[in-house]
Amino acid sequence: MRSLSEIDTTSKRASRAAGYPWGISEEVGKNIRMLEMFGLPGIKNLNDFLKKKKEYQFENLNLINLNNKTVKSHFCPIIAGISFLDQIKSLENLNEIKFEKIGYPLLFLPFVSRASEVIGKRLFLKLDNREFLLNFNNYIYSNFIKNNIIEVANVVSIQFLNNTDSFFEKEWNELYKLSEDTFVEETDSLKKSGAGAGLTDND
Amino acid sequence: MKVKLRNPNIIMKLSRLGSFHQSKLSFLRSFLKEFRDWEYKRDLFELDEFGHGTAVYSFKKNTRVYSLICFANELNENERSDRVIATKWDAAFALHDGVPTKQDINRLRNEVPRQEVGRLSYKELTLSRANKSVRAFNHVVESLSQGKQPDIELLSKIGYLYRTTAVYGSGKFGLADRFRIKHREEIYGPFRLEMMLVYLVRQFTFDQVNHMAKHKNPRKAASLDLEICRNLGIGNSTGLGMAPFIVNHPTLLNNWIFARETALKNIREIKNVKTEDSDLFKLCLKKSIKNITSWSTDSNYQQKKIRSLLNDLKKFIEFIENNFDFSKEFPFNEVYLWVEKNLEEECIEYIVSMMMEPYDDIVNPLINEMSSEEEKFFNIPTERTILDLKKILEEKYVEILKIDFSKKENNQNFWFISKNKEEPRMADRFKENGSDLEQPLAIARDIKKLYETLSVSKNSSTIDKFLVNNNHLRHVVRRAFIVEKFPYSEIQDNTIGQSIIPIDMLRLKLSFFGALKFDPRSDKWLRICMFQGAPLPNELKNYDAHWVYNSIN
Repeated sequence: MRSLSEIDTTSKRASRAAGYPWGISEEVGKNIRMLEMFGLPGIKNLNDFLKKKKEYQFENLNLINLNNKTVKSHFCPIIAGISFLDQIKSLENLNEIKFEKIGYPLLFLPFVSRASEVIGKRLFLKLDNREFLLNFNNYIYSNFIKNNIIEVANVVSIQFLNNTDSFFEKEWNELYKLSEDTFVEETDSLKKSGAGAGLTDND
Repeated sequence: MKVKLRNPNIIMKLSRLGSFHQSKLSFLRSFLKEFRDWEYKRDLFELDEFGHGTAVYSFKKNTRVYSLICFANELNENERSDRVIATKWDAAFALHDGVPTKQDINRLRNEVPRQEVGRLSYKELTLSRANKSVRAFNHVVESLSQGKQPDIELLSKIGYLYRTTAVYGSGKFGLADRFRIKHREEIYGPFRLEMMLVYLVRQFTFDQVNHMAKHKNPRKAASLDLEICRNLGIGNSTGLGMAPFIVNHPTLLNNWIFARETALKNIREIKNVKTEDSDLFKLCLKKSIKNITSWSTDSNYQQKKIRSLLNDLKKFIEFIENNFDFSKEFPFNEVYLWVEKNLEEECIEYIVSMMMEPYDDIVNPLINEMSSEEEKFFNIPTERTILDLKKILEEKYVEILKIDFSKKENNQNFWFISKNKEEPRMADRFKENGSDLEQPLAIARDIKKLYETLSVSKNSSTIDKFLVNNNHLRHVVRRAFIVEKFPYSEIQDNTIGQSIIPIDMLRLKLSFFGALKFDPRSDKWLRICMFQGAPLPNELKNYDAHWVYNSIN
């Protein structure tokens, strides 16, 4: 089994060899490490992407808009990802961003996951019918568990989920009430001595 | 009185970093301290009459066990090489997490002796190999087999029976990634498991010579005297592989130096120094001179440094014995100011190390602050402005921005990874091929390039916009924002200039390991000695914390 450290280093070097600057290659190394740690096929997808990169001429997406459409080919997942991560602070107030045709979109995913951590919001990523809930870069919840290569996602969307409760107030109140059963009813004596500061805290 | 931390623009120069010495903060000393109450055992020792076979040593505490597995092999004279291109060694070692099963040992027997081309698993933590110092090893076996102790003078010249030529950890060749073990309290200090491996290898070398001598002459053979054992360490040959590490781990480098600088600051701020503490400082200083006079090297570069160190130390001892009163207020601050004014870098840093000796209360809390989580600082704060970044560069890279990289001598070398061994190397850009595959280790040059590009950019613009057209500078943009937070994270020198002495970078790292007797064999590799004078594993429960200065060699 390859260690994550080996995965990081080799992905970084391979990306550099494929023509990306060192700074971007460093990002790719960290991303592939992350995908593999989360159990997603990072190496498989990167390897195939870098092999096809020269002949296919992926399109660079440098500025992220609400709707991002390719002109000729598929978006490069690395440059689109870098742009998304770098520009995330100016995008965070949007509700949803759409992309058309991102090549090897699993390589785009780690940038979105890291962006979730940067802005402190969950992001919901859809790659066609594959769904990923990205939770502050701590874990990924998904309906995609196959260990395969995804060459393109035709319709990609990212929803910015507000930090709201996942439950109703009524449910919270019920649970809170139950938690109160761990509290001790205070007698007069406990009121005087229990808190430590007691009766002289107005001196 | 408040003393300021020393200026990174001075301390982080390579000539200063290359003058660092071991101290109480050094990893091998903090390793011994941490493991002093662990149970040590030799679990297996199956060597033949020639000393070839398998041995296992362990440290255990509660349910945690670390086991060193040693494989000693036959090696022809013409196969023995300390160079990284070697493919066979006298012995190879792996530190296993837990108690190895027979299957584990059999698996490792096939993999560990092959080192870089073998495959380890997440159950192994560190990997190493070592060669005998044939002259010392054979002499010791021969003497012991005759019932005599070896010639101490010969041993003192060499200092060890074996030399390791690499110690790997942190996920290399399939070893466990650091994330799997980093929360274990006992290994919170840096390189603790690498230190454990080297320390147990040292014990293996003693057991091996005793075993071979006994086989050679069962009736007459003596065991190696324990005092002689204590005064033998483990050698290490180190090349350029180590140098890029300190460039590639900026927050870790910061934390090492910051701990040292904080210790110095706190010691200088002590108002009244107890007599027992000043006496201990002076005692360690005087006893340590043996470590310098027995420091043997053929390197003119190092010989000059040793001479300067000895002269300066004499001058310093004369000063504190005859012209200095430790009962005055803030005496260590005065000592430091005198040292900085009157002595060379080599001795300044030597005395800084010595000043830590009496102060466990200052040094110990800093030891656990010497690890780092580089990844926490990986994201670039792209919402910051060009002006912010320019200010950082102007403040943190003052000297570097003065370098003229259009001059050939400032751009002479490049760092690359060799195809044969996947190890870092350095070469002359104007004589050798390969500079198009240069590693991102020319930080000074790239920072200067970044500054020039920022200078023609709009100050109020944000970094995300700057990066759209300048991603070729992304690696140094990231770095500058790290350096903003961590003052000692950057070497303040040109690592590709004509005058670079790469062994200064190795010396810095090795001093934090706790190495002694740096012996440069060229400007690109050196030999050192570790654990010389250290207590033996079964003496750890009660040992002198200043053992470094007790060596008889």
